[in-house]
Amino acid sequence: MTPLLLSAYTATTCLGRGLDATRNALRAGRSGLVPCTFETVQLDTWMGEVAKVDAEQLPAALAIYDCRNNRLTQMGLETDGFADRVREAIAHYGKSRVGVFLGTSTAGILQTELAYRRRDAETGALPDDFHYRTTHNSFSLAEFTRDYFGLEGMAMAISTACSSSAKVFAAAARQLELGTIDAAIVGGVDTLCLTTLYGFASLQLTSAQPCRPYDAARNGISVGEGAAFALLERCEQPAPGSVLLLGTGESSDAYHMSSPHPEGLGARMAMEAALRSAGLTAGDIDYINLHGTSTPANDAAEGKAVSALFANRVPCSSTKGATGHTLGAAGAVEAIICALTLTDGFLPGSPGTENVDPAIPVDYLLKTRDGKVSRALTNSFGFGGSNCSLILGVAK
Amino acid sequence: MSRPLTAWIEGIGFLAPGLPDWPTARAVLRDEMPLTVAPSVLPAPSILPAAERRRASRVVKLTLAVGLEAAAHAGADVATLATVFSASGADGHNCHALCEQLATDDRQISPTRFHNSVHNAAAGYWGIATGAMAPCQVICAYDASFGAGLIDALGQVVLDHQPTLLIAYDSEYPEPLFAKRPVPDVAGVALLLTPERSERSLASITVTPASAAAEPLADAALEALRVSIPALRALPLLQKLACGEAGQVCLDYLPPMQLQVDIGLC
Repeated sequence: MTPLLLSAYTATTCLGRGLDATRNALRAGRSGLVPCTFETVQLDTWMGEVAKVDAEQLPAALAIYDCRNNRLTQMGLETDGFADRVREAIAHYGKSRVGVFLGTSTAGILQTELAYRRRDAETGALPDDFHYRTTHNSFSLAEFTRDYFGLEGMAMAISTACSSSAKVFAAAARQLELGTIDAAIVGGVDTLCLTTLYGFASLQLTSAQPCRPYDAARNGISVGEGAAFALLERCEQPAPGSVLLLGTGESSDAYHMSSPHPEGLGARMAMEAALRSAGLTAGDIDYINLHGTSTPANDAAEGKAVSALFANRVPCSSTKGATGHTLGAAGAVEAIICALTLTDGFLPGSPGTENVDPAIPVDYLLKTRDGKVSRALTNSFGFGGSNCSLILGVAK
Repeated sequence: MSRPLTAWIEGIGFLAPGLPDWPTARAVLRDEMPLTVAPSVLPAPSILPAAERRRASRVVKLTLAVGLEAAAHAGADVATLATVFSASGADGHNCHALCEQLATDDRQISPTRFHNSVHNAAAGYWGIATGAMAPCQVICAYDASFGAGLIDALGQVVLDHQPTLLIAYDSEYPEPLFAKRPVPDVAGVALLLTPERSERSLASITVTPASAAAEPLADAALEALRVSIPALRALPLLQKLACGEAGQVCLDYLPPMQLQVDIGLC
């Protein structure tokens, strides 16, 4: 593919709001995970909660969108000057030429979970103040974002569980390459809810401790939440040092709904496709941000795929020990983390991980260290066997 | 510098209330027989092993039915196809059951219900059933889901130069969510889109942004389906294909953006 410019980007997770909070935490090897106290949830697990989400007030004209997921969406958009850059792009290209491509797994389903506690005692009806379309529906964050900026062009949500907001980069890149749009707001937002916390617990995939990706003793995930966005544009002569999307690769496991292909075949195909798309080989990659959820099966399968392609020659880490697994936001969060490694010259370590699983022969980074990264690859894999790898690079 | 969103259609799959398959829908759209509105009939998915067949949910049966019909129509090997699924919602019955249980004191939900709750559940089962390891996209754009799926599928056909199966589908919620989102029944449309013309090509389509209103279907019962089930916003295009007519139609997309589809015959 023709490289695309990330002309603005931002990330908000339990590490804090924005790029500085994120880079400082990653540099310091700090984790944002805390014991789970979300809502009325009673589970022995840890979580990555974003501070002050519910203090966010939506504009009165968009009050119908009000829910935790859109509060976090707005919070993310209004961080690091991202919304201002979007408005500049709209002024430049026009409101029908800036597309919206956002990933989520559960959008604002929390709103429905809460509404089901307030059903009419006689009729069973949901309360009048519950708005399905603008909160629960998977499109709600994309429609909110489109309306927030007064856009009139194409928009879509991609919802492939935990690969969602990696795949938005691929979908937006296609439309930019075709010239149907001139800029794209890409990203992902997912927020804590009962469905995912109790759901991952039901699959025995949550850990009672902070998650420990790639650790020999890893035993499950820590569910997190996050919002991350990038503004993608075509750019013939990017300024030196700017961050580029170089390649995207997608594949399907065709294996199981909630377990990865045991040999990591789909994961390997996605990474190979991303390298092909970028016109690169394995030796060109300086850092891999792993999917690394910290479940025994995921890390083993991904590790096999990474090891098959890169042997143990490329430093890699999962940053989910820091952020938790932000599910449908993870792809975008970790793409932005890759952007920080490219611009700042560091390779993030893996808070929580103590003893790297000796059965996984990759160059796993326990501690953050300085290092020049020219090209980074990031993996995102989801339920249903949905895989996506992205390659980001820095312009010379 | 813009490249057109264009492809050839090699196969069509269809299922809607009173219209169990594409040959029936084609005859109704050609005005050769009336639409007898009746609940959608979902065939048992023969591609699944017997145990899985019994457990398959309505959206899984629906997407297998229309996707396999389109692939068979085109004589395509489903294991090789890239796919784009687009739906205005996930499995409504599964969602209701989860929300109902999470509102009680016993929140120990079923793990199967949880993994079936993802928007890409039907796409996941499609992969397991067909063995297709090609890219699989899963989109939601509420009422604009057909248009959004078409845009991404055409992008893949043009840029990746590979046959891509678009499966746009919707299903109903039970009460109390039905009152908030009254999609009346399951329905789906599948189009096998290819980059090159072949002896199997039925028509070419080219999609451009527009602002005109979609023209209502003359038949009131068909028009009711078009406006009540998002995937069936495709009906004006399908009517042209059924009648073997070249020309232009406008499809409802995302206000104020509409999609103009130029249809060329083979």
